[in-house]
Amino acid sequence: MKAIVTVTLKHGVLDPQGKAIGHALHTLGFTEVGEVRVGKTIELELPAQDPAQAKATAEDMARKLLANTVIESFKVEIA
Amino acid sequence: MKAAILLFPGINRERDMVLAVRQSFGHAPQIVWHKETALPAGTDLVILPGGFSFGDYLRCGAMAAHSPIMPAVKAHVERGGYVLGVCNGFQILTEAGLLPGALLRNASLRFLSMDTMLKVERADTVFTSKWQTGAIFRAPMAHGDGNYNADEATLDRLEGENLVAFRYADENRNGSARGIAGIFSPNLRVLGLMPHPENLVDPLMGGTDGKPLFDSLAAA
Repeated sequence: MKAIVTVTLKHGVLDPQGKAIGHALHTLGFTEVGEVRVGKTIELELPAQDPAQAKATAEDMARKLLANTVIESFKVEIA
Repeated sequence: MKAAILLFPGINRERDMVLAVRQSFGHAPQIVWHKETALPAGTDLVILPGGFSFGDYLRCGAMAAHSPIMPAVKAHVERGGYVLGVCNGFQILTEAGLLPGALLRNASLRFLSMDTMLKVERADTVFTSKWQTGAIFRAPMAHGDGNYNADEATLDRLEGENLVAFRYADENRNGSARGIAGIFSPNLRVLGLMPHPENLVDPLMGGTDGKPLFDSLAAA
């Protein structure tokens, strides 16, 4: 079973990388682009058979290490 | 004051820190590898130097904050021990929850390698007693992630309880909230800051602006 953890900066936390990418997209002619936010995905191979259990485990991992909840939020999907 | 310097893989300022400590304390600190699970007996001060522990993987300081030595550091803090974290050491302290807030990517996205001016916010601590409150001194900085951030309530608390140690006095180049360069724990025994006072402690380095930090600790 695979858990996909997506970590992004919290809303309201300045994302300079996102800003830079937004500028570059505008330069390329994608002028319709609004705010750009950058994050990361972490794929975890888990032995659990129960999706709810796998999700709970991955969320625990995210809170303890994968995300810094002072500045980042995360979501977990089970694939 | 007996000091121990923690060494994580990827840390590169530990020798600078040894030199600064030895010069002010009159004896060399002990280097402690991160896989140890206990601090040397009688350690008064734990120092987390700068560098790029674990290659800054995931987030700066995130891996080091979970190293085997860290439970001993937390116990040391609970006993009222002194801790100094500089640059990556500051990032590790925030990741370990020993200081509030977080260090984000510099607002300019540029790595900053230059001198900055710092203002001493209070001189009644073991770290700053050899300065005067309001003193301004020069400190080199070398970081890509020095943009101090915390929620508004935390920033208000830090200022309200007078826990800001240093502020950028010339230009806030990394975008830190309220110009904060360093903070204390509520008991004033844990200090984290981004710039490197240990790199200006001898005339041969171009100045001794950072020496009062180590002289203060030596006198504590």
